[in-house]
Amino acid sequence: MSFSFRFDPVELPPEAKELRQEVRTFLREEIDAGTFSPDGGKGSFSREFSRRVGAKGWIGMTWPKKYGGHERSHLERYVVTEEMLAARAPTRAHSTADRQSGPVILRYGQEEIRQKILPQIARGELCFCIGLSEPNSGSDVFAASTRATKTDGGWLVNGRKIWTSGAHHADYMIALLRTSPPTKENRRHGLTQFLVHMKTPGITIRPIINLTGSHDFNEVVFDDAFLPDSHLIGEVDMAWKQATDELAYERSGPDRWIETFPALVELVRLAGEQPSERLAEGIGREVAHLATLRRMSLSVAGMLQAGKTPAVEAAVVKDLGTNFEQALPDKVRLLAPQIGDSQPDSNDDRFEEALRYATLIAPKLTIQGGTREVLRGIIARGLGLR
Amino acid sequence: MGGNGAMADNTDNIIVDTATRIFQDLCEPNTVNEAEQGVWPKALWHALEESGLTLTWVPDELGGAGAALADGFAVLRAAGRFAAPVPLAETLMAGWLLTQAGISVPGGPLTIAPIHADGRIALTADGALSGRARRVPFARNAGHIAVLARRGDETVVALVAATGLPISQATSLAGEPRDDVSFDGAVPMAVRPGPINQDLLVSFGAAVRLQQMAGALEKILEQSVQYALDRSQFGRPIAKFQAVQHNLAMLAGEVAAASAAADAAAEACASPDIAIGEIAIAKVRGGEAAGTGAAIAHQVHGAMGFTYEHSLHHATRRLWSWREEFGNEAVWAARLGRMVVERGADELWPFITAGS
Ligand SMILES: Cc1cc2nc3c(=O)[nH]c(=O)nc-3n(C[C@H](O)[C@H](O)[C@H](O)COP(=O)(O)OP(=O)(O)OC[C@H]3O[C@@H](n4cnc5c(N)ncnc54)[C@H](O)[C@@H]3O)c2cc1C
Repeated sequence: MSFSFRFDPVELPPEAKELRQEVRTFLREEIDAGTFSPDGGKGSFSREFSRRVGAKGWIGMTWPKKYGGHERSHLERYVVTEEMLAARAPTRAHSTADRQSGPVILRYGQEEIRQKILPQIARGELCFCIGLSEPNSGSDVFAASTRATKTDGGWLVNGRKIWTSGAHHADYMIALLRTSPPTKENRRHGLTQFLVHMKTPGITIRPIINLTGSHDFNEVVFDDAFLPDSHLIGEVDMAWKQATDELAYERSGPDRWIETFPALVELVRLAGEQPSERLAEGIGREVAHLATLRRMSLSVAGMLQAGKTPAVEAAVVKDLGTNFEQALPDKVRLLAPQIGDSQPDSNDDRFEEALRYATLIAPKLTIQGGTREVLRGIIARGLGLR
Repeated sequence: MGGNGAMADNTDNIIVDTATRIFQDLCEPNTVNEAEQGVWPKALWHALEESGLTLTWVPDELGGAGAALADGFAVLRAAGRFAAPVPLAETLMAGWLLTQAGISVPGGPLTIAPIHADGRIALTADGALSGRARRVPFARNAGHIAVLARRGDETVVALVAATGLPISQATSLAGEPRDDVSFDGAVPMAVRPGPINQDLLVSFGAAVRLQQMAGALEKILEQSVQYALDRSQFGRPIAKFQAVQHNLAMLAGEVAAASAAADAAAEACASPDIAIGEIAIAKVRGGEAAGTGAAIAHQVHGAMGFTYEHSLHHATRRLWSWREEFGNEAVWAARLGRMVVERGADELWPFITAGS
C-alpha cells in the first residue's frame, strides 16, 4: 500500500499546442494595440479585453454548447489560462467566473439561471466575486453567519462578507449563507449557496485598501437584500457537500504558482549572457521548481479532464506552488547583481519594479483561497492522518 | 486510501508487477543489511535475471526483453522503493549503452564506467584501454563493464570483462559498492562507435537515479505515515498532532514533486539527443526533494529512525547518495541557469512550456 499521490504525465494534444500559438498571437496583438502591458502597468481588469477573449471562445471552454460553452478539453482551457497569466493579461473581469462561479452554476444552478447566466459569462460579459469569508469566519468557512431568511418568493439576506476581491467590479457574487443553525452531528450543516446580483437594493460595498495601496478587496454589507428563489444554488443547508469540487478547480491552476514569476523573468534579463556561477545556479533552481510545478498543475488538469475530483492533489499543488511563489522574490532579491550608480540601465528599473510588486504581494499568496495551514490539513486528511 | 489519490500496489503493468513481486519475496530489510556486510543477494539477483528483468532495455535481437524505456524506468522505481541492493540500475544502463552501439549484451551483473562528467577512459591505437574510473557502482559484483571511451576524436562503447581488472573497493554513504577501477591495458571484447557521449551518459544516469529516488521517497512517505499512526505519545497517536500532520503533508508534496520530476526525466530520455534541460530541471527538483524529504521522515521517526535496526535508513542513506550522483543539484542548476540566460528573459516562458 502506497500513500503517494499520483501526478501522471500529461501529453498535450496537437490541438492544444496549436491553441497555444493562437493565444500567443492574440496576446501579442493586444499588447501592440495597447490593451495591456506585460509589466502589469495597466492593471489587471478590462471588460473590453474579457469580451474579446469571450469572442475567441476562450471563456467557459469546457462547458456544454447549449449554455454558451465550447465543449473543449480541460487541457485546452489550461493552456489558455497559463498563457494569459504568464503574459500578465488583464483577465480579472472574467477569470473568477470562468474558473469557479460558472462551474458551480453549471453543476448546481437552476436551469433557468444556467440558461440566462452561463452564456453571458462565456461571452466575457459578467464579472463574478466570491462571498465566503466573514469577519468571524475565515479558515473556518462553515462558521459563516450572514443569514438568508425565507420570505415570499425568495430570501432576505442580512450580514457581512469581507475580503471580497473585485466586489466593486462584480455583477454577481456566489455567496455562502446561513439558512439553518448547525446540528450537533454536523457542524457544517445549515449553509446554502446563492447567486447574488450585486446591484440588489440593500447591498453596500465598502473598499478595503490593501498594503500595496490598491483597492482590490472589499467589505460587502447586506441589509434586507432580496434574492429570488431562482437564485438558490443546490440544496438548502447542504452547501458543505458542494464545496469540495469547487476547490479542485480553484486550487491547482497556474495562478497558484505564477504570480511572482515576472520577478524571475526580470532577474534573467538582468543576468545578461555571462552570469556568475552563483547567479546561474540560483536561476536554475527556481526554474526547476517552476517547471516541475507546472507539470503537476497540468497533470491535475488531466485528472479533471478524466472526470476525477482531485481535491487533495489540487491542495498539494497549491501548497507547493504558493510556497514557491512566495519565497521567490526573496531568492531573486539576494541573487540579483547589486544595482548602484555605475551603469544605469532601463533593465534595472524593470527589475526593481517587478521585485517590488512580488515582495509586496508575497504575504497574501499563502492566505487567499485557503491558508497554507488549511491546505496541509487537507493533505494530511488525504494521507489518512485525520 | 481510496479515491483518485491512491496508488495501488498492483499496477496494470505486468513487468512492474513481476519486479514488485520479486522484491516483496526476496528483498527483505535483512537482505539489504546483509548486502551492506558484503553478502551477495544471490536469490534476488537470480530471480531478476530469470524473469528477464535485467535485460529490460535490450532488444530481442541482442538477446534481451525489448521492453519500452518507460517499463525499465518503472522497474527501477520499484527497485528504489525496496532499496534493492543489487546492480539492477547499472545492468539496465549497461544494456542500454551497449545496445546504442549495437553490441550484444552478456548475461550476469553489469555496470558502466565512467560515471562522471569529466570521465576520461581512452582507447589507444594498440586496441587497449587506458585510464581510471572513480566510484564505479557495483564494479566488484559485475561480470562485465560497459565503458565509454575516447578513440581520437570519436567516442566509442567498449565491452570489457571485469575479471582481472584492478579494483579498489569503496562504498557510498549508503554502503553500496562504489569501486575505483583501472582500465590500463585492458583489451575490450567488443568496440563500436555509438551515438552516446559522456554528457548523454551522465544525463541518462541522472534519469535512472531519479527513478530510484522517487521510489525511495515513496517508501519513506509510507513508512512515516504508518509510523505516525502507530506511535503514541501524550496518550494519542503522534499522527493526531498538527505539527506532525503538516510535516507529513510537506513530505507528501516533496514526494509528489520528485515523482513528477522523475517522470519528466524518463520522458526526456525517449528523445534521441536526450532533452538536457528536462534532465536538469528534474535532477535539481528531485535532489532537493530527496534532502527535504529524508529530513522530515527522520524527524517523524524520532530516535527509532536513527537506529541501524530500523529500515528507514535503507531509503534515506540511498537518497543522500543518489542525489549526489550523475550531477548534484548545484551542478545541474548552474547548467540550467546558463541555458536560460542564453535564451534570454523573454524566452523563459516558452522554454518552460516547450516540453508540452
Ligand atoms: C488577497 C486576498 C483576497 C481574498 N479574496 C477573497 C474573496 O474574494 N472572497 C472570500 O470569501 N475571501 C477572500 N479572501 C479571504 C481568505 O479566504 C481568508 O483570508 C482565508 O480563508 C483565511 O481566513 P482569515 O484571513 O480570517 O485568517 P484566519 O482563519 O483567522 O487564520 C489566521 C491564521 O491562523 C491559522 N489557522 C486558522 N485556523 C487554523 C487551524 N485550524 N489550524 C491551524 N492554523 C489555523 C491560519 O492558517 C492563519 O495562519 C481573500 C484574502 C486575501 C488575503
